[in-house]
Amino acid sequence: MMEITEGSHAIADAVRLCRPQVVSAYPITPQTHIVEDLADFVANGRLDAEYITVDNELSALSACIGASAAGSRAYSATTSQGLALMFEACFNAAGMRLPIIMSIANRALGAPLSIWNDQQDSIALRDSGWLQFYAEDNQEATDLHFLAYKVAEDVKVQLPVFVCFDGFILSHTYEPIDMLSQEQVDKYLPNYNPAEKLDAKDPISFGMYATPDYYLEFRYEMDQAQKRAKDVIATYGKEFATMFNRDYSALVEGYRLDDAETAIVAMGSVCGTVKDAIDEMRDAGKKVGLLRIRVFRPFPSEEIAKALSGVQRVAVLDKNISLGARGGATATEVRDAMYGSTVPVKGYVLGLGGRDIRKKDIKEIVSLSEKGIGDQFYGLRKELI
Amino acid sequence: MTLAVGCRARPGKSRDNKTGSWRVFKPSFDHEKCSKCGMCRTLCPEGCVHENAEEFFDPDYTYCKGCGICANECPKEAIAMNLEEK
Repeated sequence: MMEITEGSHAIADAVRLCRPQVVSAYPITPQTHIVEDLADFVANGRLDAEYITVDNELSALSACIGASAAGSRAYSATTSQGLALMFEACFNAAGMRLPIIMSIANRALGAPLSIWNDQQDSIALRDSGWLQFYAEDNQEATDLHFLAYKVAEDVKVQLPVFVCFDGFILSHTYEPIDMLSQEQVDKYLPNYNPAEKLDAKDPISFGMYATPDYYLEFRYEMDQAQKRAKDVIATYGKEFATMFNRDYSALVEGYRLDDAETAIVAMGSVCGTVKDAIDEMRDAGKKVGLLRIRVFRPFPSEEIAKALSGVQRVAVLDKNISLGARGGATATEVRDAMYGSTVPVKGYVLGLGGRDIRKKDIKEIVSLSEKGIGDQFYGLRKELI
Repeated sequence: MTLAVGCRARPGKSRDNKTGSWRVFKPSFDHEKCSKCGMCRTLCPEGCVHENAEEFFDPDYTYCKGCGICANECPKEAIAMNLEEK
């Protein structure tokens, strides 16, 4: 059913339709509306789940780890400092191979304190073993939750997933959403029925001790599961498309890329602005296209190399910075994916801490990339530095 | 042996972890000096000292880590720790 609703309300509704049995979260801007809605749903009987209130985010994810190990479908949501506080539990959830889904309303990390959007928080956990999906709009942010549970719980994957969407830009924006019905979601997403779970009558421990003789192989297995997830995403993405007419089977998505000379690579809501800027540049005779990364983990290296093989230059937008490295994480990994190619890849770090990215900025970045200028911050206020 | 997904384990898995391989010093029990007090069995952190049919005590070298607590605590100094050549 089509409705005009706030991103957070739509996501909370989607989570309710996924029938999580345990929700544990700690409110933090800009994620708050999601967990407030879920608390309401549980309190008024619209969601039959245990809502575990906790003292902080580390406790929230730890509660989800216990719930998931006990065989429940578990859900949490956080952002920024909250996610940072979960650091240890994030690695444990992935290492124990627990299919927890966590919504990340992407926000900058302190210090300095910032409640505004960039993607530093989830990017900082790119090595944790969680799959990472990035939504462009609220319809996608909503739908990716259904896909996330389906992929995470598949026996070939058994890894948790971050569903990321830009804080405020998406979480607090009202957009038209085609919300699935409970009947539709039930048909797509069956009950979670793990092969192993905590059970006092049949004891088992999760995430045991691995000596140097075994640890390396456990990490290898997790890496293999990440790689297997590519096909699993494609399969369940196609199934979603067949049932509901929206296709999330591809890890990357091209926009006017076929004959493009300059390709922009980006993730998240900025892609909407990029598409508008591309349309205007195309009208002015510039052949520019976009490659949007929807799935950052597993990283679609082959898909990116193939999609960008015919362009003359690549401009990568990063709303994160790996301080001391050569730019942001996306540029670094796209450059790695393109290794051996003669196509130049330039990175631009921009929009950190909620700085607006406008169409004219995208056009300026395309001009810079044409001149071979890149691998730098974009939009610095020179009078401040 | 294959890896369990998520390093999950059923009870009793510690039996598979043969800690005897950690040992540097190996205890040898001299039954001539032994008074059968059983301190070695009581204090062994690995629980691997067992009473034999003649009521003397012997370690299970499959699990004995060679910590030397039994030798230190033995009131009769009946247990010697010797560097183990491997």
